Amino acid sequence: MLSQTAVASVRVVDAARATDAPPPLDHESRTWLADLTGPPGSRDAAAARLHAYLLRVARFELARRARARGAVLDDADDLAMQAADDALMAIMRKITTYRGESRFTTWAAKFAILEAASKARVRAWQNAEVVLDPDGWQRFAAQADSERSLEQAQQLHEVAEAIRTQLTPHQREILVAVTLDGVPIDVLADRLRSTRGAIYKTLHDARRALRTYLFEQEAS
Amino acid sequence: MTGQIDADRLLGPEGPELQCDECFENLDRYVEDELAGAFTSCTACVSPAACGRERHCLGMRAHLQGCPTCSEEYESLKALLQER
Repeated sequence: MLSQTAVASVRVVDAARATDAPPPLDHESRTWLADLTGPPGSRDAAAARLHAYLLRVARFELARRARARGAVLDDADDLAMQAADDALMAIMRKITTYRGESRFTTWAAKFAILEAASKARVRAWQNAEVVLDPDGWQRFAAQADSERSLEQAQQLHEVAEAIRTQLTPHQREILVAVTLDGVPIDVLADRLRSTRGAIYKTLHDARRALRTYLFEQEAS
Repeated sequence: MTGQIDADRLLGPEGPELQCDECFENLDRYVEDELAGAFTSCTACVSPAACGRERHCLGMRAHLQGCPTCSEEYESLKALLQER
């Protein structure tokens, strides 16, 4: 038979599961949260500390990208500062959504990485023309003709046919830009005055239509 | 982008996947879980039973395979945590 204490513990665990409660915050995360949501004095000081951390993360991200691409941005420091500013604003707007499912610094870092990476991508493409060509998929069809393996050539022909017959011109434009031309999704969203989510949804729907068609072809 | 066009890149991941905003929402927990070798289901779970069997969030993994932009940010956050 369970003791009263044990019964109470089980009830606590069950209640936590029922509400999908996050784990208790670690001390450092709890301190960040308390300071950032506290009275103006502690909040301002915490925001300044957080900004310094976000700036380090943004610099880390820009340096990492520079190493990977072998090219340093002239204005990397300015970009890092802008990224830290924007990340801090986003965090302060969303602070109430932080549920302690990761350490606070990990949660905060993803905002700085998003801002720094996104700004770096837009900067890298700022002088590049993004051509939206719904017929660009024909390069894919042309490759099918040059494939040495009969099986691969057949597969590529089927995919090309699916692109031609199953997708709208807009879906073809997005598919070609992202998967064939390598245009980053947030750059595309910036050029089309859209959102990253909307662009990816278009890509996702296009891919699903292609897969459905190919599956049906194979089944028949 | 030059070189061979990859049909897999064009067709994307096979299984159900999260969208970009769901990926961002879960990214911090996902990376910490991965580095700790732990597993928790995501807030937009697309396949709880299958994810549980795999000990991995399949919707998240599929999205990271299909979305090069989110994948870059996932790699960056992981690298940052590994450097600490």
